[in-house]
Amino acid sequence: MRLIDLPLRQPAYVDMIDWSAITPSEGQRLREFGLCEGASVEVLHHGGLLGRGPVACKVGRMTIAMRRILAAAVTVRTGAALEPDA
Amino acid sequence: MSALPLVALVGNPNAGKSALFNALTGARQKLGNYPGVTVERKAGRLSLSDGRPVELVDLPGTYSLNPNSPDEQVTRDFVLGKQTGERLPDALVIVVDASNLDNHLRFALELIALGLPTVVALNMVDLATRDGLELDANVLARELGVPVIPTVAVRKRGLDHLKGKLGTILDAGDAPVALRPSTPAQDFEAMRANARRIARAAIVRETPSRRLTAAVDRVALHPLFGLILLLGLLFVMFQAVFSWAAPPADMLEGWVTALGEAVTALLPPGILHDFLLQGVVGGVGAVIVFLPQILILFFFILMLEATGYMARAAFMMDGLMARVGLSGRAFIPLLSSFACAVPGIMATRTISDPKDRLTTILIAPLMTCSARLPVYGLIIAAFIPARTVAGGIGLQGLVLFLLYVAGIIGAMLAAWALRLTVAKGTSSGFLMEMPKYQWPRPQDILIGLWQRAVIFLKRAGTIILATNVVLWVLASFPQAPEGVKQSEYSIAGRIAGGINVLVEPIGFNRDISLALLPTMAAREVAVSAIATVYAIDAGDDEDALNRTLGDRLAGRWSLATALAFLAWFVFAPQCISTIAVTRRETNGWKWPMFMVGYLFVLAYVAAGVTYWTATAVGL
Repeated sequence: MRLIDLPLRQPAYVDMIDWSAITPSEGQRLREFGLCEGASVEVLHHGGLLGRGPVACKVGRMTIAMRRILAAAVTVRTGAALEPDA
Repeated sequence: MSALPLVALVGNPNAGKSALFNALTGARQKLGNYPGVTVERKAGRLSLSDGRPVELVDLPGTYSLNPNSPDEQVTRDFVLGKQTGERLPDALVIVVDASNLDNHLRFALELIALGLPTVVALNMVDLATRDGLELDANVLARELGVPVIPTVAVRKRGLDHLKGKLGTILDAGDAPVALRPSTPAQDFEAMRANARRIARAAIVRETPSRRLTAAVDRVALHPLFGLILLLGLLFVMFQAVFSWAAPPADMLEGWVTALGEAVTALLPPGILHDFLLQGVVGGVGAVIVFLPQILILFFFILMLEATGYMARAAFMMDGLMARVGLSGRAFIPLLSSFACAVPGIMATRTISDPKDRLTTILIAPLMTCSARLPVYGLIIAAFIPARTVAGGIGLQGLVLFLLYVAGIIGAMLAAWALRLTVAKGTSSGFLMEMPKYQWPRPQDILIGLWQRAVIFLKRAGTIILATNVVLWVLASFPQAPEGVKQSEYSIAGRIAGGINVLVEPIGFNRDISLALLPTMAAREVAVSAIATVYAIDAGDDEDALNRTLGDRLAGRWSLATALAFLAWFVFAPQCISTIAVTRRETNGWKWPMFMVGYLFVLAYVAAGVTYWTATAVGL
C-alpha cells in the first residue's frame, strides 16, 4: 500500500521507498527526518480542500509534511514497525 | 572580540536553540551578516559562572552537516572552521530536543565526531515530560561521551549548570576529553541506528506522545477549518494594526508636535528654524508615528513563528502555492516580507531549489511591507471614513486588508507568469517538519520587537532623515517670488514637473510626482516628503501648519487620485535596500533590474486602471 492510500491514524511501517522517484536532496531530507525502510509511520492529515494539498505524517516522534507525489513513492505495511520505535 | 573564546550553538531546527541563545545572552546580542552571504549572524556575549566572557554564536538550524540550502551551508562551514572571516569555534553547545531524541541525536553524533570540546543541552525537558517521556541524562552522557545538561531555556532552568560545564570544557581546551570513546567516521545509517539505540537506552518511561500538538493540528491542518483559522488570524492581524496602534500613535504624534513647538519657541524665525521644523521634525516625525503599527505587525509575525504555527500556515498554503509553481515553504519568507522584504528575501535561503528561490525573491516585494504602512495609513485615514461595516468590522481595517490581498494576488499571478517564462523549471517539492506547538517566552518576543524597533528608528534617523534633508533643500531653493507656489518654483518642483508629464495620465498630481523619486530610498519617505512640502508651502501660516497632514490631503486630492496612489504602492517602487539585497542574493544586476522593471510596469498599469475606473464611476 502506498503511504497516500493509508487510512488516517492507522499505524504502519515503511516497507520500501522508491528512491529513484525522489530527488537526491529530498531523499536526504527524508532520511534525516527518519523516514526510511522500517520506520513507523502514521498519516495524520490530508491538506487542501480538493484533496491536492500535502500530507502530514507522524514519523517516530516527529510530524512531517510532504507533497502527495513524495508520499506516493513510499510503500507501507500496516501493523507495528519492525524496529522498536516510538 | 577576537580574544574571547568562540562558542557555537548548533542543532536541529526547532530544538529551542534561539530561546536558549536568548536566555544565555539576554539582550546583549549583535545581529550581522556573514561576509559574502546574507545569512544573519547572531552573536552575543555570555558570562560564564566565574565571570569570564565568551562569544556565543547562534548558527542556523540544520538536520545534518550535508547542507541542503545556503543557510545550512553556513552552519557546516562554521563548525568546520571553513566559514570566511570566522575561526574554528573553541567549543560547541549542541542543542537537542528531549522529546525528539532519535532524530536529534543522529546529528549530535555527527557533530561530536568533529572532536571539538562539546557539551549537549538536553533542551525542553519540560515538554518531554508533558508528552509523557522521562529521560536519564546520565545514561545519555555516558553513551555520547560528552557532558549532557538538561535545560528548559524558556524557564531558564539548567542554565547555570550549562555555563559551568562550558567553562570546564573550555579550560580543558584542545586536550582530548577523557570521557569520549574514539569515534570513527560513521556512515549515515550507522549513526541513525546508533542514535536510536542511545535514545532507547536513555528513555526511562514513555507514554503516547504529543497530545496537545495533535489536538491543535486537528483544527490547524484541517482542510476547511485550518483555512478559516489562517485567514482569520491574518484578518485579526491587520485589524489590530489599525485599532491597537491608535493610542500610542496619538501619543507619539503629541510628542512630535511638542518638539515642533519647542523648536519654534527656542529659535528665531529664519532658515535654521524652517529647516529643523519642516525638514527634520515635520518629515521624520511623520514617519516615527508609525512605529506602533510596525511593531504590532512584527509582534504577530514573531508570535506565529515562535508558537510553531508558521509551518502549519506553509502546509495550508502549499496546495495554492503549487498551482503557481511554488512550494508552501515559500510562504514563510513571503509572510516575513509583510514586515520587510529584506529579511524576507534573506529568508529564501532556506529554499533549496534555485528556480523556486529566484521566483520567491522576485515576488517578495509584492508582499505589503511595513514601510508601506505609513503610506497606506495616511491615505486611508484621510480618504476612507472611520465607520464600521457589517458585523462591527472597521472599514479602514477592511480597506487595508484588501490592499494586502491585492498584493498577494498580484504576487501569485506574477509567480505563475515567472514560472512559465524566466524561472521555468520542474515544480519543486514541499517537505518540512511540523514543530511542536509551544507558548513563547515573552522575553523572546520582546527581544525580537526591540531589535526591529531599533532597526526602524535607525532608518528614520539615517536614510529617511538624509533623504528628507536633501528634499527640503531642493524644495526650498530657489526662493519663489511672491504669488508663486514654492513647491512648484523650487528645484524639486521643476523635477516633479518633469515626472508629472509621465504620471499625469494615471491621475497623479504634482505632490505625488514630487514624492515618487525620494520614495526609492525608503517607502515611508512618501509621507515625510509630502509633509515637508506642505510645511514649506504653508510657510508661517499658523492655521495651515496646525492642520494634520491627512486633513490637508483630503482637501487637495480627489478620491480617485488617492486610490490610484494606493494601487501604485501595492506594486511599485521597491526601496534601494531591497534592490541591493536582491543583487547580493542573485549575484548580479540582471535580476534586480528585471524586478524593478516588471514592478514599475505593474504599478503603472494598476494605478492607471484604478484611476480610470474610479473616474468613470464618478468618484
